[in-house]
Formats: sequence, structure tokens, C-alpha cells
Amino acid sequence: MRIVVDFDLCESNAVCMQIAPDLFEVRDDDFLYILNETPGEADRSRVQECVQRCPKQAISIADD
Amino acid sequence: MTAAPSAVTIVGASLAGLNAAEALRREGFDGPVTLIGAEDHPPYDRPPLSKQVLAGDWEPDRAALTDAEELAADGIEARLGVRAAALDLAARELTLDGGETVAFDSLVIATGARCRTLAGTEELAGVHVLRSLDDCLALRADLEAAPQRVVVVGAGFIGAEVAATARGRGLEVTLVEALPTPLGRVLGDEMGRVCAEVHRDHGVDLRTGVGVDAVEGGDRVQRVRLSDGSSVDADVVVVGIGVICNTEWLEGSGLSIDDGVVCDATCLAAEGVVAAGDVARWPNELFGETMRVEHWDNAAQQGAHAARRLLDPAVGPFTPVPWFWSDQYDRKIQLAGRVRPDDEVRVVAGSVEERRFAAIYGRAGRITGVLGFNRPRHVMRYRAMIEQRASFQEALAANF
Ligand SMILES: Cc1cc2nc3c(=O)[nH]c(=O)nc-3n(C[C@H](O)[C@H](O)[C@H](O)COP(=O)(O)OP(=O)(O)OC[C@H]3O[C@@H](n4cnc5c(N)ncnc54)[C@H](O)[C@@H]3O)c2cc1C
Ligand code: SF4
Repeated sequence: MRIVVDFDLCESNAVCMQIAPDLFEVRDDDFLYILNETPGEADRSRVQECVQRCPKQAISIADD
Repeated sequence: MTAAPSAVTIVGASLAGLNAAEALRREGFDGPVTLIGAEDHPPYDRPPLSKQVLAGDWEPDRAALTDAEELAADGIEARLGVRAAALDLAARELTLDGGETVAFDSLVIATGARCRTLAGTEELAGVHVLRSLDDCLALRADLEAAPQRVVVVGAGFIGAEVAATARGRGLEVTLVEALPTPLGRVLGDEMGRVCAEVHRDHGVDLRTGVGVDAVEGGDRVQRVRLSDGSSVDADVVVVGIGVICNTEWLEGSGLSIDDGVVCDATCLAAEGVVAAGDVARWPNELFGETMRVEHWDNAAQQGAHAARRLLDPAVGPFTPVPWFWSDQYDRKIQLAGRVRPDDEVRVVAGSVEERRFAAIYGRAGRITGVLGFNRPRHVMRYRAMIEQRASFQEALAANF
């Protein structure tokens, strides 16, 4: 599983960071950083929650 | 209804309704799902209507939340341009505008809210409210016609965003607010003053503590007369003075209506009937308070929660920390929690002067909220503390 963020859509509101602070971080420069792009299967449901809750629909999961 | 639903009908095809439909499918519900919506458009996102779409940066299709194909692929039957007129709980039947009756098994009420208007202005060209895509396009066309002067009535979040977007288009803007400070009743006077300064910094003529006595014109609006005796010329007026819940169709249905559809802590309004989004009033056990929340995140989460509740009576209470954002000029303002204007307020990061800060609110020893100006990281960290019912002291001592 790979986390894909469309940074043209992302507006750094940190919703994903609240759900999974170990995977996403909005830093003081106001940009979103993906801390771990390829988390294990155990994290799938949390990443799916991020996909669903991102107000900008900027996050997707690639299974490649 | 203790049995699992055989079919779900959703009234209101916007954010809460769509999230309910999608959650039903995510949870594996494979019975019929019908989405009934008064608007002709498939569900779309409202926040861009006062921002990117109004500014002309986005065409309306970028605000779409889904389309006919996606709905069909999820097996969601959408009946758009159709308004529910009445609900008969005993007969488990809806009456649609035009008289058609539709039987339902389980029901999601997600009819949201509409804008309050200024009495007597409905027929006057150039006077707008902003709730729907059609409202947005009508206002956008008027702004594109390069008016001389725009007057925005009400400096709440929608009014503030419209003022900011109109300034971004280079238009002259007067923003009229009845309260002494914009959003004072939400954020308190100190933070309300910061909002006022942001508008003034951007060249908005902000008039506070004044009401509107009359909106005057012939066929088209010409001026707004204010309660301090002054008047402001206007060729476009935008009224942003709050909303009214769309619950008229539920009158006489037996559901309890009190500025919204009254639900229990799990979003249940009656057997097999749930409500979600701007129209739902429910006791949020995290705050020990009954609330109705008019925010994007709430509509999305509550739609999903209400759908899960229909499928599984064991689904517990809905206990979110309300959160929203508002984009004004180059500031991203976020508020999380449940604040009152007389809460204690402390700036915990950055400074008000640079307009980039986080402030936390406290009451009775507990952190109640966090306000951020371009501080999304801090807002989310403190939001988590609010969720954990942290004390104000703990929150003040935290270092993010
Ligand atoms: C211009 C604007 C900007 C916003 N910006 C932000 C923002 O920046 N951040 C934020 O957090 N929130 C924002 N919001 C708030 C957010 O969009 C709302 O909280 C959200 O849309 C609520 O969703 P809902 O589905 O509950 O209701 P609504 O979106 O109001 O949808 C209800 C739907 O039900 C339909 N309906 C009503 N009555 C009937 C009936 N009898 N039969 C059938 N259908 C019916 C309506 O036509 C409508 O389509 C904004 C809102 C607006 C209007
Ligand atoms: S939730 Fe979406 S918009 Fe917000 S920071 Fe994460 S990816 Fe960006």
C-alpha cells in the first residue's frame, strides 16, 4: 500500500495528521509531509479514514 | 426497528446525505439506497462557493462531490430535482412535491438549512444570499459585471469570506455587522477584534454595531440604509445573516423539531429514522451539551455515523469535537471545540500581530476550544486534547 497525496489539492488543514500523526505531519512551514509513504497493511483502515475525511479529497491509496 | 433495514431512503442529496449513502455501501449494506434531493445538481461541495468558485478560479464542476456514473456504480439511486413535502411515520411513507407517495423502510434526514433573507428584499435585483451553486453563479455574474460597490450584510464566516473574495476581485466592499465585533458572539471580543482588523487591513469598510434599516432601489438595489442614520450606495448586496433548518416538510410527522430535528446521542430521531448534518440536533456527550453544528466536517462524519447507526443499533453515541475552517484573504482560520465568548482565551503559539497564531479557550478548568490563524498543526494537536478532555492547565503546559 502506498499513500498518494495530490499536493495541488491539499490545503494543509491537518485532518489526516490528527487521524494518523505517525504517517502525516503538517510542519511549521504549513506544508504537509508524508512521514511514511508505504505503511503496512495494519494501517490500512486508518489511511482509509484519512482518505474519507480529507475535506479536499487529496489522499488516495495506490496498491502497486 | 430491531431488524436490519431492507432499504434506506435518504432525503437531502448534499454532503451529509451522500456520506450516509457511501457509508452504507462501505459497511457492506447491499439493499436499495435512494437519494432524494431538491436541487437539480448531483451532490457538490459548498465551501468553494464562497471561495474558489465565487472568485472565478474554479469552474463549478470542480466542486462536484460525485457524478451520475459514480452514484450508479455504487448502486445509489438518485432522484434529483425532487423535494419531499411530507413524512408519515406510521405509514412509513414520504409524500413528494407533486403528490407522489413513496414507501420507505429506513430513513436518513439530511435536508440541511437555507439562508435567512432580509424581509422585503426578495424581489430586488442585485440582492443575494449564498447557499447553493445557483446562488453562487448568480452572485458571481453580478460581481463579474464590475459593480461599483458591494455591501455585505453580516460579518459571520460566510459574509467574511464573500467580503474577502470580492476584495480579491478588486471591488469596493462595505461589511455591515450588528455586533460590536465580528464573530464576537462566537470567538469573544478579543479575537473578534482580530477578525475586524484583518478586514480593515484589506481595505474593507467595516461598520460594526449597526443594523440594516432598509434596502432601497427601484427594480435594482441602489443603497442600504443603516440604523445609525447613514446610508451606503450599493449595486450588489449579499445577505449573510444565518440559516434556517429545512424542517417544514416534517411538521406534523411526529418527529420532535426544535431548531433542527431532535435526535438521541446516536443520531436516531425515531425507529429506523436518523438525521445528520446541518439539520440535526443531538446531545454530544463529549461536551454534555445538545448541539447543532453547521460545519463541513460534521456533516460528513455525522452522515456516516447515522448510516452506521441504522445498520447496527449497537453503534454508540456521536461525540465529535466540532471543527471548521474559513479562508479569508490569505488567512486560513480554523476553530475546533465548543467555545463561548466569555471563555478564558490564551495565545499559545505565534502572535496576534503577525496574524499567525493559535489561541486556546478554557472554562471550568477544561480546554474548550482552539482558534488558529494559519496554524493548522496546532489546531489539530489541541483538538486532540479537547477530545481527551484535557484540563486547561495541561493544554497551557503543552508544547507543540
Ligand atoms: C457558501 C458556503 C461556504 C461554506 N464554507 C465552509 C467552510 O469553509 N468550512 C466549513 O467547515 N463549512 C463550510 N460551509 C458549511 C458546510 O458546507 C455545511 O455545513 C454543509 O453543506 C452541510 O451539509 P448538509 O448535507 O447537512 O446540508 P446542505 O448542504 O444544506 O444540504 C441539504 C440538501 O437538502 C436539500 N433539501 C432541503 N429540503 C429538502 C426536501 N424537503 N426534500 C429534498 N431535498 C431537500 C437541499 O436542497 C440541499 O441540497 C459552507 C457553507 C456554505 C453555504
Ligand atoms: S487532510 Fe487532506 S487537505 Fe488536509 S492536510 Fe491532509 S491531505 Fe492535505
